Amino acid sequence: MSGMQTINGVASALPRANIDTDQIIPARFMSRSRADGYGSQCFYDLRFTQEGTPRADWPLRHLSEGPTVLVAGENFGCGSSREAAVYALMDFGVKVIIAASFGDIFQSNAGKNGLLTIILPAAHIREIFAMLHVDPEMQISIDLPGQRLCAGEINISFEIDARLKYRLERGLDELSATLELEDCIVAFEAKHLGSSAWRVPLKPEPRPD
Amino acid sequence: MSDTRTLTEPRGTVAKIREAHRILAQDGTDLLYIDRHFLHEGSHHAFASLREAGRSIRQPALTFGVADHYVPSSPERANEVTATMIDRLDRNTRDFGIDSFGIGDPRRGIVHVAMPEQGLSLPGTTIVCGDSHTATHGAFGAFAFGIGASEVAHVLATQTLWQMPMPVMRIRIEGQLPTGATAKDLALTIIWRIGTGGATGHAVEYDGSAVAALSMEERMTLCNMTIEMGARSGLVPPDDTTFEWLKGRPMAPKGKAWKSAVAEWRALRPDPNATYDKEILIDADDVSPMVTWGTSPEQVAPVDAAVPADADPDALDYMGLAAGVPLTTINIDRAFIGSCTNGRLSDLRAAAVILSGRRVVVPLLVSPGSDDVARQAESEGIAEIFRAAGAEWGASGCSLCVSMNGDLVASNERCASTSNRNFKGRQGPGARTHLMSPQMVAAAAITGRITDARTMAPQDCLGDPS
Ligand code: SF4
Repeated sequence: MSGMQTINGVASALPRANIDTDQIIPARFMSRSRADGYGSQCFYDLRFTQEGTPRADWPLRHLSEGPTVLVAGENFGCGSSREAAVYALMDFGVKVIIAASFGDIFQSNAGKNGLLTIILPAAHIREIFAMLHVDPEMQISIDLPGQRLCAGEINISFEIDARLKYRLERGLDELSATLELEDCIVAFEAKHLGSSAWRVPLKPEPRPD
Repeated sequence: MSDTRTLTEPRGTVAKIREAHRILAQDGTDLLYIDRHFLHEGSHHAFASLREAGRSIRQPALTFGVADHYVPSSPERANEVTATMIDRLDRNTRDFGIDSFGIGDPRRGIVHVAMPEQGLSLPGTTIVCGDSHTATHGAFGAFAFGIGASEVAHVLATQTLWQMPMPVMRIRIEGQLPTGATAKDLALTIIWRIGTGGATGHAVEYDGSAVAALSMEERMTLCNMTIEMGARSGLVPPDDTTFEWLKGRPMAPKGKAWKSAVAEWRALRPDPNATYDKEILIDADDVSPMVTWGTSPEQVAPVDAAVPADADPDALDYMGLAAGVPLTTINIDRAFIGSCTNGRLSDLRAAAVILSGRRVVVPLLVSPGSDDVARQAESEGIAEIFRAAGAEWGASGCSLCVSMNGDLVASNERCASTSNRNFKGRQGPGARTHLMSPQMVAAAAITGRITDARTMAPQDCLGDPS
């Protein structure tokens, strides 16, 4: 994961609400290993008909790869907890997603992988959709340290969890940071499992063969 | 939030469990200890990243695996991918010393059915799994939620998880479910009322006389569907129903440990005057059999209603329906009974009451929630009722709930299903899903169209039809 400071890139609109993770990456592609890449499967069933021809109603059909900034309808990433939805978007080329709301687990998965999600009020999202309608090549710039977003006339600040911001700016992975707290974990665990013996499952009786 | 405040103020069950698991807090985010970590085939990304970083597993004794998502319900529908995914889970769990219920293990089943059966899901615990329907285990008074692959790796390596305190929403359900209305209908009614975003970001805590009256199986169905309200978790505070169900389960505490566990669990009831961030009240008496007509669980209506006049055109187009069409005039092409929502023995019994002495007119696939459910259904004669009715009695697993194990609904085919998601493509590309209860799916399979199961009297009564 590399560090992130400012992002300036072409934005695209996906003005549909409730795009669930089944639509971002259909379940049938999920047995792939990460190294194989998920980009070409991103939004697959929204991009292509069952016969494999491109769908005329797909809002991003003019793009060969994902936009740097995806501006999406509300509740983006709801549904299944599959992290492959984040892999698919990142491998597709998306670095930032802006929406009025996100599915919780999706948003958490995004943060862990360095995909920035930004929540803006619905009125701003509608304005950005309108601007992108007029200028589909419009750029949006995001200043992560300053927590500001600039899209055409709109120049506003956004919220981000302090720990997530710290990690994203430095490209740190969460696991390594937690392992530095191992002493605290060990001490807590001894007390937690020691005082309530029932918490540790019984070993099953050996099964007769 | 200062500790003195949290120790003296009245607290709900979720707050009590969170506080008992908080190792420390940083910038408002808690590091929580995890008591149970369940894995299925989807854990391969997490194992790959651990192997790559050369990390080990902190608590294999608190980690359990099970093959479910990729298990074919019939050997004819098995393929290379299903076998590879199941083998991968076997290899990963074996390499890291984790007990895992693979093919042939009598404990195997859908993770949210099998783990409770084994007595692994206990009150007052934190439970995670890389699957959004982990909320199911909240039925036992556990704080249970789904996590993503990075978090799976994090829990494997540290037995902890970072989590911002979530707002808690109390859903109080009073009254009594009418005959013919199930826990599934109750869950769909709540989603109908508050929408799929109605509990977004919240931990839901259930309460009320109607909840207290639910069996453990019904509580599991309700907590399972809580995720479709946008919630992270759903929880029913533990009571005698919970303890009776758990007692004697293979991996549940025994003897002295059992006694002290029950004493601790009794203290998990919400304090009187506990406050919540959001509260709603539902009247169970108003619940009737529900059927989804669209592509989101909130696009749902009582079976005797019609597709709403203002229905979302995109959903109607996908579903091949028009606004105003009475639900009971919609023909189906196939039917499915199973999944972690409705694949338990009580669900199969309810469907069998309707199917007994009748024949299905469209293909009906029944996939029991676990091998244990399958064995009990065989010994009770329920499996035979399904077979005699012309249904396919498949192996246990996720089956037709998700199109990744060889089971598939063809494009434009309409399926009456007891699963939990009617999303576009969930049961296969172009598949049209109508969610409903097990008895409603049985009724639909017999008539070939969406049917009010209350109008079908049992033909050939199998014990108690309730
Ligand atoms: S049955 Fe369906 S919802 Fe349940 S765990 Fe399996 S795929 Fe997920």
